[in-house]
Amino acid sequence: MEVIAFSILSAIVLIAAFCVIAARNPVHSVLFLILAFFTSSGLLVLIGAEFLAMLLIVVYVGAVAVLFLFVVMMLDVDFVELKQGFLNYAPFGGVVALVFFAEIALVASAMGASRPETFDASPNAETNVEAIGQVMYTDYLLLFQISGIVLLIAMIGAIVLTLRHRPGVRRQSVEEQTGRKRADAVELKDVRPGQGI
Amino acid sequence: MEQFLGWTENPILLVLLSLGQILLVTVVLLLAIAFLLYFDRKVLAGTMLRKGPNVVGPFGLFQSFADFGKFVLKEMIIPAGANKTVFMIAPILATTLSLICWAVVPIAPGWVVSDLNVGVLYLLAMSSLGVYGVIMAGWASNSKYPFLGGLRSAAQMVSYEVSIGFVLVTVILLSGSMNLTTIVESQTGGFWNWYAFKLPTIIVMFPMMVIFFISALAETNRPPFDLPEAESELVAGYQVEYSGTPFLLIYLGEQIAITLMCAMTSVLFLGGWHSPVGDLGLFDENTLAGLLGTGTFESLIGAFWFALKVTFVFFMFAFVRALVPRYRYDQLMRLGWKIFLPTSLVAVLLISGYVVYTSAAAA
Repeated sequence: MEVIAFSILSAIVLIAAFCVIAARNPVHSVLFLILAFFTSSGLLVLIGAEFLAMLLIVVYVGAVAVLFLFVVMMLDVDFVELKQGFLNYAPFGGVVALVFFAEIALVASAMGASRPETFDASPNAETNVEAIGQVMYTDYLLLFQISGIVLLIAMIGAIVLTLRHRPGVRRQSVEEQTGRKRADAVELKDVRPGQGI
Repeated sequence: MEQFLGWTENPILLVLLSLGQILLVTVVLLLAIAFLLYFDRKVLAGTMLRKGPNVVGPFGLFQSFADFGKFVLKEMIIPAGANKTVFMIAPILATTLSLICWAVVPIAPGWVVSDLNVGVLYLLAMSSLGVYGVIMAGWASNSKYPFLGGLRSAAQMVSYEVSIGFVLVTVILLSGSMNLTTIVESQTGGFWNWYAFKLPTIIVMFPMMVIFFISALAETNRPPFDLPEAESELVAGYQVEYSGTPFLLIYLGEQIAITLMCAMTSVLFLGGWHSPVGDLGLFDENTLAGLLGTGTFESLIGAFWFALKVTFVFFMFAFVRALVPRYRYDQLMRLGWKIFLPTSLVAVLLISGYVVYTSAAAA
């Protein structure tokens, strides 16, 4: 049963990952990327790491890929122009691909010697949420905090990059708007005929 | 369940059993939604001093089925400029994604399709996927209004998910589990044990329920946050180009998501299947319970209370739609990011402090 599920899921992941680079339309690429993410979370469920599977969906599929799709949909991509640039980038892209392939081959050959026969998704705990929490907040507390600070800096950096103070922009003040009373806006005048105010 | 375990050793029978459960939940859910839709329209009509649907069947009860027939028989139009594959996948995705959320919702003691350990996270993940149905529909239509609707919806749903996540964290902290069945079981007893009303956390948790409810309105694109389909600006938003069965699927997906949010409110804050006044000694051997078997009887009563709570929260959804005018988009974003997010963050701090304090006092 598990073998069948694994074969189906990994086949879908591979096909979807191939389609990400093969698809002509960038929006289709992102959609295939989402399919690949989603299916790999299925693979994580198969080995019993359901917490990681759900996190993968919540973070990558639910938030990152949505914003990705958001940006790609707004781009006005010229397909003909994209095709023309292909040969210029091919050598550099080939080098990067070669490096990646060599790294993966190295890691795989190193893993082959020490691969454990059985995999325990939640060691020393009942659920893998507890297992991850116990390790993350004790042994790796410092690294955890540092990664939090890195994310905070990235967030502040993004805000600083996009923040522009332009002169002459009239900003709305919500407090002023909601604090407005009837007396501030409307005034009743008793106007005499033929005189005006 | 346990008495059948003997013959469920066979994997094929096990698959058939869970398929049967899934079918049962789906059929009951769809039937319930047919009548909830009718209820929604009746509430809206009542607040506007209209009669509402009253022609098909007694009191118009079968209006939803007539609508269903109309949508199925109508011609399905695919715009020439649309991206046909994505255009057709979007409604299917919308319905499927909101249906599979129901797999982890505990309806009564033992009545749940999949008792996941990370049930709350699963719900969060699947409801965050719901945005894809909308954004794909908006983009694939290849038209201005649907696209604007899709973009609005993507920004809105991602924003409100954040505060929903923090509200969920407070409930997880109090119950100490991400399993929805465990969360409901930790609220056993009368309504004073439900997380929304339990002392002394009521000071924080009742406002959290309100925040959850409002965020659920935004997450499901319900009025007053229905900007993705604001008909005065965008005709009908992301669903402009849809007709016939695909439109039915989009609409159905929305309704299932709304019902799911009602169910989540009752599971997380209103004690799920528990009755508001304790069990009243109904489950003694000499009453009706003895006849049916205690477990079955308890489940039936539990399902009744659960349905009642879901209907009550749905009534609130319908009432809000009738009473509150639509928000402006900047007001919507301000509410989500500048009010709900800090409030729920402070609530997480307070609740975790409370949990640490009480567990230290107990030890």
